[in-house]
Amino acid sequence: MLTKGQAKVFFLGGTFAFSSVFLALTYDTLQKIPEQTNADKIDVHVRAGKKIWEKNNCMGCHTLFGEGAYYAPELTKVVERRGKPWIRIFLKDPQKMFPGERKMVQYDFTEEEIEQVIAFLDWAGKVDLNGFPADPPLAKDFAQTQSNTKVATSDTLQPEIVKTVCSACHSVAGVGGNVGPQLDTVKERYSREELAAWLKNPQKVKPGTTMPDLGLSDEKINEIVDYLLNL
Amino acid sequence: MKFKSQKVAYWFFAACMVLLTLQIVYGFIMGFARIGLDGLHDFIPFNTARAVHTNLLVVWLLTGFMGAAYFIIPEESDRELASVPLAYVQLISLLVVGVVAIVGFHFNWWEGRKFLEIPRQLDYLVVINVLLFLGNIGWTIWNGRQHTTTSLVLYFGLFCAALLYLPGMIDFENQTTDSFFRWWVVHLWVEGVWELIMGGILGFLLIKLTGIDREVIEKWLYVIVGFTFLSGILGTGHHYYYIGAPKYWLMIGGIFSMLEPLAFLGMAIYAIVMFRKSGRQHPNKMAIQWSVGCALMSFVGAGFLGAAHTLPQVNMWTHGTLITAMHGHLAFWGAYAMLVLAIIAYAMPLMTGRKLWNTNSATFAFWSSNIGMVGMTAAMAVAGVTQVVLERRSGMDFLAVQREIQMHFIGVLCAATLFALGIAFFIYNFFAHGLPTDEALEAAPE
Repeated sequence: MLTKGQAKVFFLGGTFAFSSVFLALTYDTLQKIPEQTNADKIDVHVRAGKKIWEKNNCMGCHTLFGEGAYYAPELTKVVERRGKPWIRIFLKDPQKMFPGERKMVQYDFTEEEIEQVIAFLDWAGKVDLNGFPADPPLAKDFAQTQSNTKVATSDTLQPEIVKTVCSACHSVAGVGGNVGPQLDTVKERYSREELAAWLKNPQKVKPGTTMPDLGLSDEKINEIVDYLLNL
Repeated sequence: MKFKSQKVAYWFFAACMVLLTLQIVYGFIMGFARIGLDGLHDFIPFNTARAVHTNLLVVWLLTGFMGAAYFIIPEESDRELASVPLAYVQLISLLVVGVVAIVGFHFNWWEGRKFLEIPRQLDYLVVINVLLFLGNIGWTIWNGRQHTTTSLVLYFGLFCAALLYLPGMIDFENQTTDSFFRWWVVHLWVEGVWELIMGGILGFLLIKLTGIDREVIEKWLYVIVGFTFLSGILGTGHHYYYIGAPKYWLMIGGIFSMLEPLAFLGMAIYAIVMFRKSGRQHPNKMAIQWSVGCALMSFVGAGFLGAAHTLPQVNMWTHGTLITAMHGHLAFWGAYAMLVLAIIAYAMPLMTGRKLWNTNSATFAFWSSNIGMVGMTAAMAVAGVTQVVLERRSGMDFLAVQREIQMHFIGVLCAATLFALGIAFFIYNFFAHGLPTDEALEAAPE
């Protein structure tokens, strides 16, 4: 039968042995982390972005590398998913982008700070996370069941900004958000001039609207209007 | 014969009751925010509520462990505490640091690292505080008339907990390294040295409540804490799967964290067998219920529910979802909250001389809080599984999924109300005992 002395040896010996293995693995991990995380890409902007990330406890709502709270979206690949233009507009006034939805604190970041946050998130998105976050394996099954109802439109003609910014709230051919109206039929309701005026300054056309002023150049506005009129 | 200095424990326990109440309030703020009632958003946004909720948990549990140590160590060392005034200084300073930190969270003053949000300046004060505590307790043990395994395991656990706080105070530029060492604190606390503290306190309670020979109980205590470290140290790997650390952690973390439930299972069997073997019936039934409940619920919450999502193949989908929150609630409740409530239920009648152990309110407190917590866990499990299937497996948008699972948080809130009611009764019972007296402690049976 086990004696108290033997039990003590089991405890002390086991603790010592497994702590030693853990320390050895820690040493090895620290050697490997720089390559796996592209540590050479951590420049002043990424560092400043990490400081902003910590200073405002972004982890208190969001997750990064799957770590944090579960109140707001995972941000590991957010730059790839949303694109930098979208994030720039979003961070200026988060609640405007998702009116009536779960709120994010309005941090009043400067343009420079926004670029730093983006640099940090962009770096984070390129770290080798052993396959996390995985692509959703059932997504294609859902797409198949819906393929009959979807209008087959090629999106190759879609301007980049429609894909990265507009589609967060609006949909074209069933693809995109449902916060704002569908864009498929706007050409039947509005003229070129009306659409351009709307994109230029939504508040002027319809005070109180939840459509954000995206600060678009005339060139960009033309590009979007051309696209909308040809849908 | 008890010792007068054990009275110090009362004030630590009283502080626990206040902090626990606040923790529950902030939990409700988050629960309501999740069903869209976020009227407090401008004053207490979610990240503030969350930091307060988890930090209060850590502070009240540590306060409880300290109170438990101040109660247990004099008795185990067979002498008065080295310094009673120092213990009071230490309690007050701990509370001041805690309150300053929590107020600071409302003004965006924090470190923004999950569970370790307390700003660096206050970290140093925490370290000084804990050193005072360890000095006071250590001096008592060193000069004690007897040195028991129980007190040594408890002290070793508290000492390692203090030591492991330090890696969390180093700055890293790389988010991955930062996270790597953050888990040295968080994981090696709750799935390592805190289990030692748990083993020490539970061992003490078993010796006192069952009357079984100390040698037998302490032998098994060594075996259980041995299993804890055997599995828990390398089990840290389950936090290293997907944060940018090498791939070998998937295998190491997977294997060793599947062994982690064994330590908790051992603890549960240990407690139950000891009570079964016990010939005499200790009159304080509530303390027995909380002790056995703690051993059982820690196995269910920390052991079983932890193992359910710890394999890398499963964790790939559950990592960063409400599944973690679900497991966290029952694990902390079972392993640590119930443990502190057990030692309080045991110590209060001895310190105050009022035997309020088998009252209806005490029984109600036990069942209502436990059923409430199990209900919360179940509702979060449904929300979490739905989130995993819709968001991670099917690729639905985050906010759309959140709208879909919102109704389960009504369930969480209902169960939380039952839980809070149970805790209210526990606190009522606590204060109904009145203040501790020297006479009561002197008259207390061995």
